[in-house]
This record gives sequence, C-alpha cells and structure tokens, in this order.
Amino acid sequence: MSWTLALPELVLACSGLVLLLAGVIPKQETFFPITMGAIGALLVTAVLVLGQGEGTALGGHYVADAFSGFMKILALGAAALGLLLSIDFNEKEGLGRFEFPVLVLFASLGAMVMISANDLMALYLGLELLSLPLYVIAAFNRDNARSSEAGLKYFVLGALASGLLLYGTTLVYGFAGTTNFDRLADAFSAAQGVSAGVIVGVVFVIAGLAFKVSAVPFHMWTPDVYEGAPTPVTAYFASAPKVAAIALLTRVLLGPFGDLAAQWQQVILLISFGSMILGSFAAIGQINLKRLMAYSSIGHVGYALMGLAVGSDTGLRGLLFYMAIYVFMNVGAFAVLVAMRRQGRAVEQVEDLAGLARTDLGMALWMAAFMFSMAGIPPLAGFFSKLYVFLAAVQGGFWTLAVVGVLTSVVSAYYYLRVVKVMFFDQPAGALDRAPASLTIVMAGTGLFTLLFGLFPAPLLAAAQAAAAALLG
Amino acid sequence: MAMGGTTEMTIGLAHYLTVSAILLVLGIFGIFLNRKNVIVILMSVELILLSVNLNFVAFSSWLNDLNGQVFAMFVLTVAAAEAAIGLAIVVIYFRNRGSIEVEDISTLKG
Repeated sequence: MSWTLALPELVLACSGLVLLLAGVIPKQETFFPITMGAIGALLVTAVLVLGQGEGTALGGHYVADAFSGFMKILALGAAALGLLLSIDFNEKEGLGRFEFPVLVLFASLGAMVMISANDLMALYLGLELLSLPLYVIAAFNRDNARSSEAGLKYFVLGALASGLLLYGTTLVYGFAGTTNFDRLADAFSAAQGVSAGVIVGVVFVIAGLAFKVSAVPFHMWTPDVYEGAPTPVTAYFASAPKVAAIALLTRVLLGPFGDLAAQWQQVILLISFGSMILGSFAAIGQINLKRLMAYSSIGHVGYALMGLAVGSDTGLRGLLFYMAIYVFMNVGAFAVLVAMRRQGRAVEQVEDLAGLARTDLGMALWMAAFMFSMAGIPPLAGFFSKLYVFLAAVQGGFWTLAVVGVLTSVVSAYYYLRVVKVMFFDQPAGALDRAPASLTIVMAGTGLFTLLFGLFPAPLLAAAQAAAAALLG
Repeated sequence: MAMGGTTEMTIGLAHYLTVSAILLVLGIFGIFLNRKNVIVILMSVELILLSVNLNFVAFSSWLNDLNGQVFAMFVLTVAAAEAAIGLAIVVIYFRNRGSIEVEDISTLKG
C-alpha cells in the first residue's frame, strides 16, 4: 500500500484546492496569476510523472507504468497549452475569471485518474471528474446563448453516455464478480467461454467511451459543442480529454478485456471506418472553422483507432504516436483560430482568413503548416503519424482499413487545402488584429514541432514503443 | 416466504435485473422521445443512474461482495454533483433564451 506512487495526482489535487482558495480571497480579479499558477502546477505534475515509479497502489485501483506516463505527459501538456491559449482570449471576451484555470486543472486531474485507472470504480470516477468541469467550461461564456446551448447539449449527451458506461460496468461486475482490471483479466483468460452478460457490458462500456472520444456513431454532439463553446475551450476539448479517453479505451480493451478481442475488435473496426468516412465527407461543406475542426477531429480519432482495431504491438505504437502528434498540431491550429480577431471581435468563418498571407504572412505560414500536416502531406509530422497506423494495418492484414484510410485522407485533404487556398489566393477581407505574444509563441512552438519532426522522430517513437510494450506486456 | 400460501415466489436476481433494464430503457426513451422540456431530460438521466444503482446493489447481494455497494455510493455522490451542474446550465440557458423547450435548442446545427 504505497500511496506515494500517486504523488503526481495528489500534488495536482492539492494545488487545485490551493489555487481555488487563492482565487477567492483577494478582492480584485485574479485570472492571470491563477492561470499562471495552474500552468505551473501542471508542469510540476508533469515532472513528477516523469520521475514516477511503476506498480499498482491504493488497493489496486491505481496503476503507473510507461503507458500511463506517456499519456499523462500528453494530457498535461495539452492542458497547459490550452490554458496558454485562453489567457488573452478570455480577457478580451470578458471571461477572465479565475474559475476557468481551476476547472481546467481539475479536468486534467480527472484525465490523469482515468489514464491510471486499474479498476472500474476508478475509471468511472476519473471520467466524471473529467466530464463535470468540461460541462461547465463549455458553458463558460454564460451570457452567450450559443455557449450555454453548447454546455446544455454536452451535458445531456455526456450524462447519457456515462449512464450507458455505468450500466455496462454493472453487467461486467455482476457477471465477472469483480471490478479490478487484473482480476477481470484473470477471470476472462481462465474462462471457458464468457457469458453474454459480460459481452453486452463490454459493448456498453465501449459505447460510453466512444462518446468521449467523439467517434461515430456517438459523434453528434461534437460539431455543436465545438462551435458553441469559447474557442480556447474547444482547443482543450479537442486535445486533452481525447487523449485521456483514448488511453482509457486502450487500457480497458487490451487489459481486462484483452482475451475478448474477438468480440470487441469488430466494434472498434466499425467505429474506425465510420469516423474516418464521416470526418472526411461531413467537413467538406463547412464554412465555420471550429465546426470544420470538429469534423476533422472525428476523422483523426478514426485514424488513431485504426491502431487499436489492429490490436498488435505496432498498432498500439501507431496509436500512441498518432495521439502525440495530433495533440501538437491540433493545439497549433487552434492557436491560429483563437488569434482570429477583426477590430477586436472574434471571427471564426473560413472566409475570414481570406488573403491572410498578404496581411500577416507569419500566421498564414503556420496555419498552412498545420493544415498540410493534418492532411498528411510529407515531410510534416502528420504524415508520419498516419504512416505508422497505416503500416500497422497493412502488417496486420487489415487491407480494407488501410485503403479506406488513404482514400479518406485524400478526401479530407480537400478541405484542409481549401483553407490554405483561401489564405494565399483570395482577396484580403481586411487585416486581422495582430496576434498577442502568447499565441505567437504557441503557434511557433507547435509549428516548429510539426515542420521539423521528420528530422528527429526517434525519441517520440521510442517512447511510444516503450509505452506500448508496457501495456501489452 | 409466503405464509402458507400456495403461490410461493422468491424475488431473485432476475427480477431486479429486469426492473433495472426497464428503468434504463425508460430513461433512454425519456431523453430521445421527449419533445417538451429539458427538466424531463434531467429526470431521465437520474432514472438511468438509478437503474445502475439497482443493478449494483442486486449484484452485490447476489455475489456476497461489498464492492458493488461501495460503487453504488460513489454513483449516488456523482449523480448529485451532476444534477447540480445540469440544473445550473439549464438556468443560464433559460436566462439567455427565455425558454427550456427541447425544440428550441437548435441554433447550433449544420
């Protein structure tokens, strides 16, 4: 019983409480210092995760291994970048309230609990700790009808999804007799045929988690929520919660339900096919950039889940690698979206980018890099992420999956390249306001990562390999 | 059980599971078929969570294992937090739109 193993989570929880107090006590608004404190707490936690040992703790509810370390660093990094994006935007939109960074911090804590969950109970509590703050920050612009509508929709569908997930966990608990992942794995590996109740339960659990990663057919909330929520919130939604939910889905399916692969593999295959196809075709007609990014994120989840559907060592490595690169290029693209303002008002249509190359060449070049990377054009980072999942699919004999992946990439290139075309070849619609320094830094950092990744892929690949090996044993 | 009656019947696990499945289906239908009011949706969500709790407690007693009851307590706690957040969001929505009719929640689409 070594609770010190969970030190990163404990530190993050305590700093969340301290920041909450520090925000309430002073008379004046404390948005900026609390945001800085929250970013600091996230970074300190990330350092603690790097130095974390391995093993299980807290009565088997908590597990730390290379896989959890990899995913936690990603989720924490995405949260810190999301907070960095929010500083300027929230102050200009009158959302500069200290609750925002504290909520993001608690959501990140939920993400970490999810990633380290080794019990259905920890899984559920982590998921809810992630979801409840997200419902609130979706509706954070509370005087705006669209933001509150986004919050309401997200809440209703999110509550339904966690209800389904819970119903699945009751069935798994009832028919397998335990909630602990290790004991579930033992029960299923020894079993001579698994009862139908367990299989129904697993399907319910997959449905609940597919909702959180916004995979088809549980994607319907995504475009509406992404469009309605404040832009930095959307940037956060598209990165950290997805990382956590993908991590949880992977751990649950390959860990306790690893011996039921024959049952869940077709479900994940269908989800992956559906997400890739919908993500590429539905985005074509979009004129709102945030909505476009929502469909794009659905498509990316489809590609990432391809690695899980294959289920092999290389597939899992491809999945982890994909999520890491996706987080960075996605945050970068959202940094451009957050920076889009004309005469002080936030704009979010594709046509608002018209002629950006002539008015602000730097931002146009970064956006072009992110769009090319998302389309999967070599030698940018997005190409390598797609390469490794397609490679895994081909090696595993999933030819249709790889072919559909390549074809949908081509279709999705249309709408990514349309953004580039609008920026470089259309008549300027009037200059955008100058991007603040914080956003330029995020754009440049993630942009350089996207551009130069091809030169140094080895460290990330090695980390993904180690994480995959830790999970598959 | 039944004192001297001939129609003796024990309430077993299957009965609990049936009731809870009915509650779950009612909750899901309440969310999707309801065209009137957001509050009804919140009630449906609670119905789903209650069906889950019933399942947990029934399984827990059937398996002679306390884990399920502990889980049910956690679910109750989270359900309370969830209801509080849900009602808060409904309140700000009502302040912006002056209505909580489900059919009006459609400015975001496409």
